[in-house]
Amino acid sequence: MTVTTKGPLSPRGQMSSRPYDVAVVGAGVVGAAIARELARHPHLRIALVEASGDVGDGTSKANTAILHTGFDAVPGSLESRLVGEGQRLLAAYAAESGIPVEPVGALLVAWDDAQLDALPGLLEKAGRNGYGAARIIDADETRAREPHLGPGALGALDVPGESIICPWTTTLAYATQAVRSGVDLHLNTRVETVSPEGGDHLLATSRGALRARFLVNAAGLNADVLDRLVLGRGDFTVTPRRGQLIVFDELARDLVRHILLPVPTALGKGVLVAPTVYGNVLLGPTAEDLDDKAATGTTADGLDGLLSKGRRILPALVDEEVTAVYAGLRAATEHDDYRIRCHEERRYVTVGGIRSTGLTASMAIAAYVAGLIAEADPGLDLKEPVEPAPVHMPNLGEAFPRPYQRADLIATDPAYGTIVCHCERVTRGEIRDALISTIPPASLEGLRRRTRARGGRCQGFYCGAAVRALHEGRGE
Amino acid sequence: MRAAMTRRQRSVDVVVVGAGPAGLAAARGLAGHGVGVVEVLEREAVAGGVPRHCHHRGFGRWGVTGPQYAARVVEAALGSGARVRTGVTATGWAGPLTLETTGPHGLERIAARAVVLATGARERPRSARLVPGTRPAGVLTTGELQQAVHLYGQRVGTRAVVVGAEPVGYAALSALRRAGVTVAALTTEEPRHQLGLAWAAAARLGHGVPVLTGATVAELLGGGRVSGVRLRHRDGRLTTVDCDTVVFTGDFVPDHELARRGGVALDPGTRGPAVDGAFRTGAEGVFAVGNVLHAVEPALWAAREGALAADAVRGFLDGSGPAAGGPAIEVAAPLRWVAPNRAVPQVPVEGFVLRTSEALTRPVLVVTQDGRRLHRQYVPRRALPHRTLRLAGRWTGKVDAAGGPVRITVSGLGGGIFGAAAK
Ligand SMILES: Cc1cc2nc3c(=O)[nH]c(=O)nc-3n(C[C@H](O)[C@H](O)[C@H](O)COP(=O)(O)OP(=O)(O)OC[C@H]3O[C@@H](n4cnc5c(N)ncnc54)[C@H](O)[C@@H]3O)c2cc1C
Ligand SMILES: Cc1cc2nc3c(=O)[nH]c(=O)nc-3n(C[C@H](O)[C@H](O)[C@H](O)COP(=O)(O)OP(=O)(O)OC[C@H]3O[C@@H](n4cnc5c(N)ncnc54)[C@H](O)[C@@H]3O)c2cc1C
Repeated sequence: MTVTTKGPLSPRGQMSSRPYDVAVVGAGVVGAAIARELARHPHLRIALVEASGDVGDGTSKANTAILHTGFDAVPGSLESRLVGEGQRLLAAYAAESGIPVEPVGALLVAWDDAQLDALPGLLEKAGRNGYGAARIIDADETRAREPHLGPGALGALDVPGESIICPWTTTLAYATQAVRSGVDLHLNTRVETVSPEGGDHLLATSRGALRARFLVNAAGLNADVLDRLVLGRGDFTVTPRRGQLIVFDELARDLVRHILLPVPTALGKGVLVAPTVYGNVLLGPTAEDLDDKAATGTTADGLDGLLSKGRRILPALVDEEVTAVYAGLRAATEHDDYRIRCHEERRYVTVGGIRSTGLTASMAIAAYVAGLIAEADPGLDLKEPVEPAPVHMPNLGEAFPRPYQRADLIATDPAYGTIVCHCERVTRGEIRDALISTIPPASLEGLRRRTRARGGRCQGFYCGAAVRALHEGRGE
Repeated sequence: MRAAMTRRQRSVDVVVVGAGPAGLAAARGLAGHGVGVVEVLEREAVAGGVPRHCHHRGFGRWGVTGPQYAARVVEAALGSGARVRTGVTATGWAGPLTLETTGPHGLERIAARAVVLATGARERPRSARLVPGTRPAGVLTTGELQQAVHLYGQRVGTRAVVVGAEPVGYAALSALRRAGVTVAALTTEEPRHQLGLAWAAAARLGHGVPVLTGATVAELLGGGRVSGVRLRHRDGRLTTVDCDTVVFTGDFVPDHELARRGGVALDPGTRGPAVDGAFRTGAEGVFAVGNVLHAVEPALWAAREGALAADAVRGFLDGSGPAAGGPAIEVAAPLRWVAPNRAVPQVPVEGFVLRTSEALTRPVLVVTQDGRRLHRQYVPRRALPHRTLRLAGRWTGKVDAAGGPVRITVSGLGGGIFGAAAK
């Protein structure tokens, strides 16, 4: 198992050694899923190359964590197909890998006549996307199913198949399984230039050179830049669309039962209110087109706007304490669909424009990309995939027993009965396990995404120093 | 459920949740007066509560340091015969007076004849204050800072901005000093700092720290690590202070999770459990004391409540206590909250604590019920936001138990509102 975080990638003199068969650039949920899919061919030498010090540290860590049905995709698009397939694949994978998922269902609540009038069209569109379980419910049923809704809800589209999922565990599960199946994960490795060399790709990175026969671009917000590096031209431009979100205290969880999605109308998209698998409630996101691909900050206007919309949807929500605020950037492009392109002659696939559904579609995108590679480069011999050894991820979800609730686990190791992070009830045993896991966290933030430690309402008032001590002592 | 079956069931007389000054004082007052088995549950590895990591002086009657004070209250509780179990968290309720716990020895379900909640209060972190900007490392609360410096000897940074000039800001200042961190500025949204004259002078002169009043944190800056804060001043001007550490101080909020999970009604003002003068919550047999009732008062006050509550719990256990239930005590703006906040005529109250949202010069507090005046009190000094304002309790005997809510208002006589422009 190889995870590297520093030092030159190819020590002097080894440049002539066998190049990687495939290099995947970007270890977000999409790149990690692709690496995992390709690792099902054990004869391949695969590199997963990531600029950050951790997997899933870009857009994949900061979304609304919904496992979509794809009911509202553009019918006939690649996105529609891959979201539908991806949802089924990921739901099954989550069940076997211990990724928390809760099938809470969604309601698209109509607050005015224009929104109410839009529901039949959305229902019909769901059908065209192959989703048949949606139906329109009236104001009374809407209120009965969401008793804390603000006044004025006129009805809703009920989409029972929408679920919530843990985005952090998803990326980590893919990457862990990939690494355990032989993929080399190179962190802190930014690809700076790409040039052809003897039929291979020569990647100049912040940690030295890396050679690969086939290249996959899963660089998220930077996919357009990398595309230009490889092709000398690009066929899309990424415009980051920021989404700011507010996470409310777990004590707000009982206020909402479903994902409350906005009804998209000509006047724009509203915001959603959704429970999380950790037991919080999310409010957001905003949608702001920006130029800066690093602008993941929140703004006073953005947060104020969310609160005023939240007050309308679920008035009691805004009286609860706020646990966290964050922002993610969607990789929007000038096109209406994913931009997944295979350049056979260059042995290169771009996976671009995976805007707001990439978590859901990740496994289907990976399978689709593997298909493109198999066709483009028969020499790689992707004909007979094998099943990788299953992974069992630590459970971060409230719908399943957590270590602090498990007498059996505590009896075998008292560290699982020693709560360190009190707000999130994270035990010393879980923190220790994360620190010695296949892909250990590089930072306290990485530790939080693996355990929830320091992620609660006190944000470290009680446990911050204790968790830091465990992190710095690597769990001792 | 498998997990449920393997929970050890136990019964005790009284469970106290939280081994801070309030909970320990309650336990001492119970065990010391022969109330059978009194068990204090403390989720931290060491008992003593927040004072454990407050290394400055100013605790208790003699102004000792926090750790000295914590050691004394722990010793007193143990000496009375109370059981103090550390590393054990009360995670929820299995019934009205039955708590579920997690600890390294396993899961338990502890049934009691009475429960005392003494779970304390915490500072609001940056996120709960909705401070915009990036999410860099190096942003913490006083609680985290003190533990990092005093309990773990961790490196903190080199140059800090301290947000909030309540007295607790001074605690942050002293911890930063101990850690060798330069303090670039102390900032507060209030038109004037609240440190108290001596502390302010010490901050300015002793530490050379500029105190910036009327300044709001408009944005946190920095990628991996915080690189500065942008401040908005009263005149709208924006300035940037460079720093690698930001400490958000004060803005306390009760840790009411366990109370809420048990269906204990909260007071809308304090957001802590609503209690009467006997520290009885709306749930029979459940009492609450200390900073979970009012965020926050000095440790001595919290401990005093614990001792008083012990008497009330004993009255409840032997059936000699007065009947519960009485009108709510409400406050009118600019007052923010009052505790206790239920009035029962037969229950004497030593004193009430209040908060105002605006500075008031020598205010007159008026207590009424259904238009009837119960009490009028002149406060011979300035009342400041975030600082304790006290009201005598001797009027509670005049409350009509069957009447409407009791109201506390500020009468204009003798002072008026201290405007932002003054001084
Ligand atoms: C606000 C918001 C809400 C969303 N909600 C949902 C939702 O509910 N459900 C859903 O399914 N999807 C949702 N999404 C979309 C989903 O989060 C994204 O589609 C998905 O995370 C994209 O993953 P990715 O791997 O393509 O990109 P990223 O996660 O951004 O990964 C790309 C990686 O490439 C790395 N990289 C870039 N350039 C280089 C380089 N030169 N060298 C090396 N590495 C490089 C980056 O560091 C990064 O880690 C949402 C998105 C946002 C912003
Ligand atoms: C930075 C700072 C400086 C201060 N300086 C001073 C000063 O100079 N002088 C002064 O008099 N006061 C000072 N105070 C205030 C003083 O610390 C408090 O008044 C006092 O600690 C309140 O006691 P308490 O018992 O109500 O709460 P806490 O001391 O907060 O104790 C509550 C305890 O309950 C435990 N607990 C909570 N939930 C659970 C659960 N579910 N299960 C088990 N255990 C639980 C907690 O771990 C904690 O130990 C300061 C406070 C701070 C934060």
